[in-house]
Amino acid sequence: MSKLFMKGNEAIAEAAVRAGCRFFAGYPITPQNEIPEYLSKRLPEVGGAFVQGESELASINMVIGAAFGGTRAMTSSSGPGLSLKSEGLSTLAAAGFPAVVVNVMRGGPGTGSISGAQMDYLQATKGGGHGGFKLLVFAPSTVQEAVDLVYEAFDKSWEYMNPCLILADGFIGSIMEPVELPPFKEAKRQEFPVYTTRFFTDKPGRRMCATMIVNEAEQEQWNRVQAQRYERIAQNEVRAEEYMLDDAEYVIAAYGTSARVAKSAVRMLREKGIKAGLIRPITLWPFPYQCFKKLNEKQVKDILCLELSIPPQLIEDIKIGIEGRIPITAYGRSAGMIFTAEEVTEQVEKLVGKNK
Amino acid sequence: MEKIYSRSDVLLDANMGYCPGCLHGVIAKIVAEVIEELGIRDDTIAVLPIGCGALISSVLDTDAIIALHGRAPAVATGLKRTATEKFIFAYQGDGDLASIGLAEIMHAANRGENFPVLFVNNGIFGMTGGQMAPTTLIGQKATTAKSGRTPLEGYPMHMCEIISTLKAPVYIERCSLDSPQHILAAKKAIKKAFMNEIEGKGFSFIELLSNCPTNWSMSPQKSLEYMREHTIAEFPLGVYRDETAKED
Repeated sequence: MSKLFMKGNEAIAEAAVRAGCRFFAGYPITPQNEIPEYLSKRLPEVGGAFVQGESELASINMVIGAAFGGTRAMTSSSGPGLSLKSEGLSTLAAAGFPAVVVNVMRGGPGTGSISGAQMDYLQATKGGGHGGFKLLVFAPSTVQEAVDLVYEAFDKSWEYMNPCLILADGFIGSIMEPVELPPFKEAKRQEFPVYTTRFFTDKPGRRMCATMIVNEAEQEQWNRVQAQRYERIAQNEVRAEEYMLDDAEYVIAAYGTSARVAKSAVRMLREKGIKAGLIRPITLWPFPYQCFKKLNEKQVKDILCLELSIPPQLIEDIKIGIEGRIPITAYGRSAGMIFTAEEVTEQVEKLVGKNK
Repeated sequence: MEKIYSRSDVLLDANMGYCPGCLHGVIAKIVAEVIEELGIRDDTIAVLPIGCGALISSVLDTDAIIALHGRAPAVATGLKRTATEKFIFAYQGDGDLASIGLAEIMHAANRGENFPVLFVNNGIFGMTGGQMAPTTLIGQKATTAKSGRTPLEGYPMHMCEIISTLKAPVYIERCSLDSPQHILAAKKAIKKAFMNEIEGKGFSFIELLSNCPTNWSMSPQKSLEYMREHTIAEFPLGVYRDETAKED
């Protein structure tokens, strides 16, 4: 199959169309604007619908409506927009609706810089909203991987009846790379049974969705069903890439764009005779704790948590995986500033010096 | 003996949960009758609000989704744009529509989405226990305006008039539920709004003036008198726009 040279955001949008997405609603926010721009033209070409929502809130709620109707639907935004969408995300999860949400991360809390960064890890993975819900979170590190994960996210979202989040960043969104696009899936509207119907009517033929269940016992029952869903996802969907880990004494932990830089740094360190390796979580929730649990503390001297975030966020999950057995050092840049492979190499060399 | 009147088949024989004297139940009844008369029960999806309006879900025998507070027009937009063969209507109260959901109603109306919105205006937040709404009258008491609303809290918002400033809506009418005569007029308006969607004419907005005996601290009878004396005086009844009349 031939390769195309595509910008990350546009490739994400085209992958969604090929995965059967036929509804998109979104609100302008940098650095993800090419996604709605592309889909505003592309979706009508394939019989889909595009709406520029009047707000982030409206956009995610339009997705809720489309999902209820059985359409593969998507919205995208960046950090501040995800905060606004969080009530809707909680509702998608609480309703047990499938949908795909893309966060092209930018720099900083509040409005933040508009350049690429990785400032939304905790929001994405620890339930960025109320009620303790979970999103299946994929973190691509190349445009090709973004295409593949978006394509798969729709299926996963329907398999588990739970929303999926693509946690990309402004670099992935803006970079142009060669990509191989997947084939078109059949885009068919597919109404699904709504679990909460049983609490409102004894007519199984009706579809009734409410995430407010006044009867306490019924709400608790539904919460248990949801917890079981999260358990299934946690058991089946953990993904990570391990790179040069077998004999590694210094392990870099990084995801997304950071992991690309880390990989170059690992190669440079190996050339210098330093046994470096990389753990790259691909799913951020469920998190690949096992990759860290199995690290041998007699072999691994230090872990560098590398992230385009200040303060560090990924480190919270690495700590859980390491359980205090190996020292963890965080190194981050943020707000659109990015580390070079040389800069990362120096950080690892500092750890080597510390251990001499 | 000949049976000339009975409960609509679309109205389930279940507990509605409304307070005594509340007119929400009347809306449920006339909406169910309209759905039955138009023969659209199996195609209907009600997009319901947060608040007392959501209780209609326990009696209306159609598909339904209860949207987040204020977001029913957005949910209905996503639904109608993709499930075009379905009959969609949104049902919202005054806190839902005129306060937290003001952006969603304005923009759905401005896009001329092909569904009707039924707007129940009883001047109060009912389910949460009687707080001030954007439609609370000046002087009307609420738990968050204990001596009565003053201009410091703003004036009652006139949604039919506000929506009438937009170009896209095809039908805008304010009705009241205070008397049998007004209820029949409201049913006629709802039916017309529903027909507009079926005929693909676009966005209709029906405001229904209603009561809340519990939170107004009045007997049901007294609440009707209050509506006639004060509510209708503030919110004039009538057709604010009817583009479809011009076509017919």
